[in-house]
Amino acid sequence: MSPLGRLRGIVGPLIGFALLFAFVAWSDPSALSALVAPGNVRTVLVQYAGLMIAVVGMTLVIVSGGIDLSVGSVAALSSVVTALALSRGASPTVAALAGIATGVTFGCLNGLIVTRWRIAPFIATLGTMGIARGLGKWLAQDQTVRVPDEQLGWLDALTTANPQPAWLVLAPSVWIAFLVAIVGAVVLRHTVFGVHVTAIGSSETTARLCGVRVERTKWIVYALSGLCAGIAGTILFARLTVGDPTAAIGFELQVVAAVVIGGASLAGGEGSIGGALCGALLLGFLVQGCNLLGIKNSAQEMLTGVIVVLAVTIDAWRSRR
Amino acid sequence: MTALSMRGVRKRFAATVALAGVDLEVAAGEIHALLGENGAGKSTLMKILAGAITPDAGVISLNGTTYAPRDPIAGRDAGVAMIYQELTLAPHLSVVENIRLAREKTITRADATAALRALGLTNSVNTLVKNLGPGERQIVEIARAIAADARVIVLDEPTSSIGPMEASRVFDAMRRLRDLGRAVIFISHHLDEVRAVAERFTVLRDGASVGTGRIAETSDDALIALMAGRPLGQLFPVRTWAAGGVVLKIDALAGDSLPRDASLELRRGEIFGIAGLIGAGRTELLRTIFGLDAVRAGHVRVGAWSSSTAQPYLNLRHGVGMLSEDRKNEGLAQRLPIATNLLLSSLNRHARHGVVDDRTLARASEPWLARLGIKAASPLRLVSELSGGNQQKVAIARLLAHDVDVMLLDEPTRGIDVGSKAEIYRLLASLASQGKAIVMVSSVATELLGLCDRIAVMHRGVLGAARAADAWTEESIVHAASLGTAKDVA
Repeated sequence: MSPLGRLRGIVGPLIGFALLFAFVAWSDPSALSALVAPGNVRTVLVQYAGLMIAVVGMTLVIVSGGIDLSVGSVAALSSVVTALALSRGASPTVAALAGIATGVTFGCLNGLIVTRWRIAPFIATLGTMGIARGLGKWLAQDQTVRVPDEQLGWLDALTTANPQPAWLVLAPSVWIAFLVAIVGAVVLRHTVFGVHVTAIGSSETTARLCGVRVERTKWIVYALSGLCAGIAGTILFARLTVGDPTAAIGFELQVVAAVVIGGASLAGGEGSIGGALCGALLLGFLVQGCNLLGIKNSAQEMLTGVIVVLAVTIDAWRSRR
Repeated sequence: MTALSMRGVRKRFAATVALAGVDLEVAAGEIHALLGENGAGKSTLMKILAGAITPDAGVISLNGTTYAPRDPIAGRDAGVAMIYQELTLAPHLSVVENIRLAREKTITRADATAALRALGLTNSVNTLVKNLGPGERQIVEIARAIAADARVIVLDEPTSSIGPMEASRVFDAMRRLRDLGRAVIFISHHLDEVRAVAERFTVLRDGASVGTGRIAETSDDALIALMAGRPLGQLFPVRTWAAGGVVLKIDALAGDSLPRDASLELRRGEIFGIAGLIGAGRTELLRTIFGLDAVRAGHVRVGAWSSSTAQPYLNLRHGVGMLSEDRKNEGLAQRLPIATNLLLSSLNRHARHGVVDDRTLARASEPWLARLGIKAASPLRLVSELSGGNQQKVAIARLLAHDVDVMLLDEPTRGIDVGSKAEIYRLLASLASQGKAIVMVSSVATELLGLCDRIAVMHRGVLGAARAADAWTEESIVHAASLGTAKDVA
């Protein structure tokens, strides 16, 4: 791939950022300086750390030619499991691991349905999306699961705006998101596994012919997506400090939008984690920018829709040439 | 009367000259063969004719009037119809709906039916296209051109994916088209087909027309020399069979529906040919051996390893590799770079702790590009940018890069030009002499006879007995392929 090809994914979101900042500056110059103020940037990053993590797993899935609609419900379920574990006296570490394990379990279940039962990923994960959501509500008995503050332990510090020690600058959850993204990007671009994932998304029959273990690879991809959703759910709990089974509704569509804005093709074989990460941040700054300008939520949602369509259209134009 | 005249057509793309001055004249009521190796400029010329690209220079006239289409729709309206290898029919619509598609106002049901009947297609016009055979689909495409009153009709390798019986129906339809006074341009790599239907030919080489004339007055050798720009020498290399021990043994192998019963013993250093009609189960046999399709009965043994529940990756691990007949969809991942395609089955050898990068892959694939004479700007370019012959070499290079001992090759020379074919024959012969064992499925009897040590014919899922190649003739192969019983030639 040419050097330009490597940057391909982030060109779309960068244009988006430029348009966003130009629009904010044009509407209200003081809002722009508020938008890019360090404190505000930190807030956006903390709020969108979960999205950034889920986006990494989703990029792998989409590059492999699949989709994972269950990540929102699974994240909510993970937050409920973490909260329940804490409220039953588990240590923060055990509770966090329980939340993450929940994600991995659902990821493996998705992998099983897709590879063994040969159900289309859209349908398979639509099903597990419902299962995870229902399971979360059932476990939480249709309420939010409250956890006394003193039991939160280090989970409480995960999403703080003023991290200790101070040289961290950003909340630990944000660093976790960056770490996950770097690992994900290396795995996708520079490992045999990553090439196999790309090959499956590009042409599954070719991959099979070349001896790629297609089923096993896909299974791992869905498990990794579940892992990311589990981490996102645990961080969601840390931010809300309650386990909420009705949280993160529509989250999966935000994740898909971010990945697609980042230059991925839903047909598989194409996509970059850097691009997807930029896509996630663009969605975050868009919402924050609108808030600063006093644009209503209804208008924000329409704007997000327009951005998704525009990004994909620009990408399609460029690749056609 | 001249239906189409193209004079001095030139076209360059950035630094590459695609067409350096082409003249082509086709009369009404004539089947004109357009010949040339891959990359000679045939597709560019036809895209210009269709209106998909505009030439840099040159004069084109259609039935005496100047023709300069803005786009393919203008070309179509002026009476030019293109029929590509990949058909453009909607499988879930009926025959008549396909013919009238997007022209419902100008083509009536009666027109569509008349066009089909003129070509001798007797199926109900309400049959869904998905229920037609591949040859019949070609005929529907041709009927569409007639119904739209096209005056110049281009058929680009119409027989590349259909069997001889189906092909003869397509040729029949082409002759009827000629008798209706249409100008037909026929692109094919098969000189026997060209001889069977075309009257005149034009040969392109390196973007220029280098010869035109009457087929009947020109020998095959002369045509090949025009296409290759040099006498080709021996098409098939001289080989002596020095077969070693058995490396692959198949006993009464049966798959889900095909193959039904196949046994063979493949020896080191041997090229084993499998002939048969399309649909006889030859592809399925290779797929079953390789573990892409399920084994229902019988055994496959590779050396000492018995692969009863084989998977492709296990076969590759034991030194068995397969070349797909479907280069476009299965053989190569078209949207991936050349290097990735070439090394996809041997990635782990170029990785350290599972880590690889593009540069390593590019470097590792360069010797293979050089060895097989694959012409590519860079190993990191997309494989889809290569010509058919070069793509096939990449697919074969993948087997070599993996260093397989047993090569299962399904139609290794399909859709590639004469020059590349000769190169692939030489390559396979030299691989066999190095001790590789090769199973080669082909629909071209002459190439099996020219290259293989032993040949067996498949008929309705059953693989017949293998015999030395010189015990077969083209006639006896066709006989066994269509009737299932080997005619005694001794």
